Order: sequence, then C-alpha cells, then structure tokens
Amino acid sequence: MITGHRLRVDPIACDGRGLCAEVLPEMITLDDWGFPVLRDAEVPPGLLDEAAEAVRLCPRLALRLDHPPGTPGAPRRRTG
Amino acid sequence: MNTLDSGQRLVRGAADVQAGRFPRLLPERFGAGPAGLEDHVARYGRLPRGWDGYWREELIAEVGRAGLTGRGGAGFPTARKLAAVAAGRDVPVVIANGTEGEPASAKDKVLLACAPHLVLDGAVLAAGMVGARQAIVVAHDAVREVVHGAAAERRRARLDQVKVKVMTGADRFVGGEASALVNWVAHGVPLPTASPPRIFESGLHGRPTLVQNVETLAHLALIARWGARWFRSLGTPAEPGSMLVTVVGAVRQPGVREVEIGTPVGDVLGLAGGPAAPLGALLIGGYFGTWADPAVAGPLPLSAEGLLAIGGSPGAGLVAALPADVCGLAETARVARYLADESAGQCGPCVFGLGSIAGALADLATGRSYEPARLRRWMAQAEGRGACHHPDGAVRMVRSALAVFGEEIDRHAQGWCCGRRPAGVLPVPLRGTP
Amino acid sequence: MAVSAAAATGSQYLWFLSRGSGLVLLVLFSVVVVLGVATRTGSAPRRWPRFAVAELHRTLSLFAVALLALHVVTAILDPFVTIGWAATVLPFASPYRTLAIGLGTLAVDLGGAVVVTSLARQRLGQRAWRAVHWLAYLAWPAAFLHSLTAGNDLGIWWVALIEVASAAAVATAVLARLFDRGREGPPAPGPGPRRPPADDPRHAARPTARAA
Repeated sequence: MITGHRLRVDPIACDGRGLCAEVLPEMITLDDWGFPVLRDAEVPPGLLDEAAEAVRLCPRLALRLDHPPGTPGAPRRRTG
Repeated sequence: MNTLDSGQRLVRGAADVQAGRFPRLLPERFGAGPAGLEDHVARYGRLPRGWDGYWREELIAEVGRAGLTGRGGAGFPTARKLAAVAAGRDVPVVIANGTEGEPASAKDKVLLACAPHLVLDGAVLAAGMVGARQAIVVAHDAVREVVHGAAAERRRARLDQVKVKVMTGADRFVGGEASALVNWVAHGVPLPTASPPRIFESGLHGRPTLVQNVETLAHLALIARWGARWFRSLGTPAEPGSMLVTVVGAVRQPGVREVEIGTPVGDVLGLAGGPAAPLGALLIGGYFGTWADPAVAGPLPLSAEGLLAIGGSPGAGLVAALPADVCGLAETARVARYLADESAGQCGPCVFGLGSIAGALADLATGRSYEPARLRRWMAQAEGRGACHHPDGAVRMVRSALAVFGEEIDRHAQGWCCGRRPAGVLPVPLRGTP
Repeated sequence: MAVSAAAATGSQYLWFLSRGSGLVLLVLFSVVVVLGVATRTGSAPRRWPRFAVAELHRTLSLFAVALLALHVVTAILDPFVTIGWAATVLPFASPYRTLAIGLGTLAVDLGGAVVVTSLARQRLGQRAWRAVHWLAYLAWPAAFLHSLTAGNDLGIWWVALIEVASAAAVATAVLARLFDRGREGPPAPGPGPRRPPADDPRHAARPTARAA
C-alpha cells in the first residue's frame, strides 16, 4: 500500500551521524563513510512512526518526511 | 571601442550570416579583438525590440520551434526554461553563465572575448522574454574587461531597456553550477544549495531566476533576429543549430571551433588540424564526460543521439585528444583527484566518495593496488547522493575510463606499468592559477 | 511550643529537600552535559547506539527540569531564608546570598532557554536551535558556582567529592568537544572547500593535500 509519505535526506545538512539508520534500519543503511542510503523513499504504513522518530532524532534536522498532499501534518506519535 | 583594421574587415554582413553560412557565433578571423558595437550591428543587424506580452510569448514559442537547448552541458530545452521562469510569481532575474569552470574548455571565454555584444543581446533579450528588469552577466576573470567594456558601450548608446550588470565568476569548478552561481551572485559563496525550491521558482533573492550559458544566449540572440527555420538550417532535426567546441590535446591546432551539431567527431578533430600523433583515447564532453576509443568515436556524430553509442553526450563541448603514448589511467586519476578537490565539501558522499575514488584510481595508476569491487561500490555510493550533480558527473567519467582502458587496467592491476608516460595532457589547475 | 517545634522541623525538611535536590541536580546536569558532548562527537562506547545516547541526554534533562522545580520551590518556601519568587527568574533579585542565588537563577534562565528551544527544535530550525544550545556551556558553570556558594555543605567529604567529580567530568567533556575534529557543519563562506580531516577513521587514505 502506498502511503504517499516520502523520506528524504538533505545532503548538505547531513553529517553522517547515523542515528537514523539505528532507528529505521529497514529503510536506511549507511554507506562506507557513515552517510545514510535510502533504499526507497516511500514509507510503508507500518514504519510511519519509526520514520517520524528518525526525523525527530536527527541531530542536524537533515531527515525530512514529506506528507502526501491533503494530510494535516505529522503522523501520530507512539507514546512510551 | 575596437574596430578591425582594414586588412581584416568583416566583409560578410547580416545577410550572409543569415543565409546559414558559417560561422554564426565566432568571427571570420580570430585575433582581431572583440567586436565593438558598430561591427556587431554591421554583422548581425539590430536586435528587434518590443516588450509586450504577446511578443514575449510568441518569441518563446519561436525558440521552442527552433529547438534550442542549453549549451552549458545539461542540454535542457531553452524554451521550457524560459516559459517556467516567465510563469513565476515574482519579477524574475536573468543570470548569464560565462564562468566556464571547466579548465580544459575555452569556448565561453572565446565567445565573450570575440562577440560580447551577441551574448549581451541574448541576455537582454532573455530578460525581456521572461519579464525581468535586470540581467547579470557572470564572466570568467580572463574576459571581465571585455565584457565590462561592451556593457559600458551599450549603456552609453542607451541600447537596452533592462539593467545589465557584469560580475566576475568564482575561480571554482563547481562555481558554474546553477545554484552555486546564484549563491555566488547573492552572497559571494560559490557553493550549491539544496534543491527545493528549484531556481526557476525561487533563485536569486527568492525570485524566479533564469540561469543560461552564454553560448545559449548568443544563439537566442540570433533566433530572435532570423527565426526558427534559419536556426534549423544547420544541425540535425532532433538537435538543430551549431555549437562551440574546444579541441585540446594531441591535435595540430588546438582551440575553439564552431561546428554544426552532428558533425562526426573525426571531422571535428580535423577542424583542429587533425591528430598530431597517434591517438589513444578521446575525452568527449568535459571532465564530466566520457572517455572513448578514437576508432569507435571517430565516425560518431557529435550530438546527444550520436554519442549514445558510447554512453556519452556533447556536454560542455570539449573534445580532448589523448596521444597513444600517454597513460589514460594516469590522466583519469589526475582528473578524478581534481574533481574530488573541487567538491564544494558540503555533502559526505561527494567529499568522501570522490576522495576515496580518486585515491583508488591513483593506486591503480601507479600499480600499487586495485580492488574493483570496492571501487565499483564507492562509485555507486557517490552517485546521486549529493546536493548537485558534481559526484554524478565525476563517476560517469570514471566509469567510462574503466570501460575504455580495460587493457591498461589489467596491466596496472598486476603491478606493471602500461609502458606509457604519465604526462599531464588535461589541465588540472591548482587553486589560484588560471 | 509544639507548634513552633513542628514548624521548625517542617522547614528543616524543606531545607534538606532543597540542598539534596540541588546536589542531585548538579550530578544530573553534569551527566547531561557529558551525554550531550557524547552525542555530538560520537564518542560514547561503541556498543551504545547513538540514538540511545541522544535520547538519554534528552530524558535526563527533562527529568532535571522536574527536579529543578522541586529545588527552587523548596528553597523559596523555606521560611528561614528570604529569597522571594522574583528570584526564580530574575538573577540577583534575592536578598539572601544575592550572588550565590543569582548564579542559580542565571543557570535556570539559560538552561530554560536551552530546554525550550530543544523542545521546539523542528519548528525553529537547526541554526536558531544551535545558537541557543551553546548557552548550555554558560549554564553549567553558573549552576556549578551556585552549588559551591549557595550551600554550606562543602565540609562534608562526599559533597566535596561530588563537586570535584562533576567538575572533572564536565571539564573532560568540554575538552573533548573543543578538540573534536569530527565533521563540522557546512563550511563558512571562504575561498576553498572544506577538507575532511586527515585522521577521520572512516576516511580512506589519500595523498596529502596539494599546495594551495
């Protein structure tokens, strides 16, 4: 199912800290120099919360989650 | 104001150039200095005027019919760019890109040095077409005075209805990238910026910005005078017109030539006096271009369609001829190192990726070591993950080298030198040297 | 008689709570600073995931805010000293030990700015957040000096030990931060590109830089 939510990395802001790959290994791996490789930008429905976590955690705010047009903003946060 | 002395007067007037004869952009003879306003008008006639909306749209449509594409390397359809900028929400601005960061290429410098008014015509015309009130011409340092002089001449003659500003470009390879150019004009920082928003929507000071190579603008200035049909009288149906090429390396008369698009590569070399020695390889397009076997590339037309056969494109119009007694791997390693050093340094995959790739190529070129799987992995990791296309272009060039220099690689990988001298044919200037 | 004795014991509890929470706060704040530097430089033990270090830094600082509320309220409610509510946010507004309490207030103000901007980081953007976050390096010394001057407990050996250990930990972290040659943010406008540091372990060996 296509959610329409897309992850992308701002390559200029990104500093290869690697927190995103720790939290979202299903979608993000690190290259030989520690920078994130996004296999596919499309976020599957089961990973929306983790994707939002990864976006929040990035120390450089380099990870962005684009929402499909029409949705009212951030996906719901899981508590706890 | 420069005039030609009587022995070298331009005898051909507008009618002759319009008839489709050559050359269109370059002067009949070199060495006469830049064409002053008078000689420019004598050769090409005056630029048509009129800024109303209908005229703008009609002219953009004519450019579309002419099939003009960008001559800066990317080959984007010019009419589409013009329409996109014209449709912007704010008053646009035009930036003419004459920075020519590619060290081996000289076509933009030569064009500006010989026919600055043609470029300025194009810049002013483009400004009119998109509704801009200002055109900024960013020129390579080597030709700043000529361009300043030409702009001053036009101001004195009150020629243009838009403001023309001339600036010097940054001495950086990446300084010619569109967003880096905007950044340079706005803040003095020749570094690319992150992509959304796109420049045609929000560029210089947030305005829709048209960044166009100076050669493209020169062609535009002629299309405005003589129309699409005339423009299409040269070139191929898919890629009409003429283009400027820089031929360097092992040819008898290296330099800039104007050629019809689709001219066979071998003929282009012939225009530069032909090979000065048996050739080992050609680098076509620029430092982001493609290495090719001269026997394979020779008959191919110099056009995007023609060069598809070798996975290349005309790019920035560079044809570099490597003599057979120079090691192609060593040249590739030198260029790769240059491109790595010229990275803007903002994106990890570019900085570290190109650095690693350059290191691996240096090891290969000196016969120290070769790990093909690792090099291929690095190339895949560097591609497409920067804010601009610098790493992509570098990887493309390296990939073509690995394909073309297979025999040399085998010998180097075993620790043997290929027996060729590692001379430096392609220029890789240090920062601060011209 | 009994009432005043009870009142006296009651206020003693307030005084103990205030001093105790203050000491715990010093330890907490110091750990938060060390974790913050560890997040930035990636120098936590390799097995610790970096996101865990970052989250711990965040969680502990929020816990410290809660404890800080207790520390401040108990100190102000304590009838034996007159600090006044103004001194919670206005530095040097306390009649009692003006300088000492003022330093604490300064730490609260600066630390508060850091926390608030961090909670709103995604809305503020990286630059604004980062500029305010540096104030943490001012907030900690203010808190530390406050801990030295606002209480009377330095004579107790383990209090002194905590003070020394906290200072040592933060000093080490600050030095590590200053000498961190890890990759910095985008380069300042200048003539040349940023070079990756020669001794970044993740960076493959390459020839030495050519002459400028």
